[in-house]
Amino acid sequence: MSATKHVSGADKGKLLLFALSTCIWCKKTKKLLEALGVDYYYIDVDLVPHDERDEVVAELKSWNPQSSFPTLVINNQKTIIGFNEPQIRTELEK
Amino acid sequence: MNSEADEKTGIQPDEADLLYQRLNREAEATGYHLNPDQEFTLELVRSLLINQQRFGYPACPCRLASGKKDDDLDIVCPCDYRDQDLNDYSTCYCSLYVSDQVLKGQKIAGSIPERRPVRKEPKMQESQAGQNNLSSLPLPVWRCKVCGYLCARENPPGVCPICQAQQERFEKFI
Ligand code: SF4
Repeated sequence: MSATKHVSGADKGKLLLFALSTCIWCKKTKKLLEALGVDYYYIDVDLVPHDERDEVVAELKSWNPQSSFPTLVINNQKTIIGFNEPQIRTELEK
Repeated sequence: MNSEADEKTGIQPDEADLLYQRLNREAEATGYHLNPDQEFTLELVRSLLINQQRFGYPACPCRLASGKKDDDLDIVCPCDYRDQDLNDYSTCYCSLYVSDQVLKGQKIAGSIPERRPVRKEPKMQESQAGQNNLSSLPLPVWRCKVCGYLCARENPPGVCPICQAQQERFEKFI
């Protein structure tokens, strides 16, 4: 997906964050991932052009039917919905 | 142009301060509270201004707005879900608004589950709404979807006298 951005850091598996550029909990999640120094990808879905948005939202829905933000997908397996700092730390500090 | 305006959004720093002050005044006057973490709250207020610029209305910063006002009406800040979330979690979804307990430091406002329905329930047909045995009332009853205020009159008020929501946020209740 063209709108995907990459932040480099330590490899803790493939991390993909569905976010909004205006969402405060998404910003906190990005900051936490940066503080943890992990490698991750993110998409600010509100900045995705309308003609590509359906596709991105469909992908998000497959991970989180409610398509709420932030949604963090870990290794195409696990999702963490919302800014859940303890859960993110547990997953990424192991 | 103010040289301090945010390069990307063009939002002036004092614009956010002014909106913050207005929202704070309105909240305190009507029994609500803004999040006491000022930095956090100002960040949200800036996002409300960004959405106001983008869409022409302050859509919830933490939800994906469609850009079509009719579809986004329930998430125009303050959203239809704020009061229920304040009751259940002591905070609205973004934590712009918080409960008394959070204000007093007895609870912490965190990230909470989304309660906005995935697909919006089909609106109750106007004809259905009027078809119960209360339809003989001399006036219809209107309900503010933001705060629950009820009034019996020909049309909903232009602005909710309790929470200042616009007329379009009212539904025909009886
Ligand atoms: S009340 Fe809170 S959750 Fe609702 S739109 Fe405003 S900031 Fe978002």
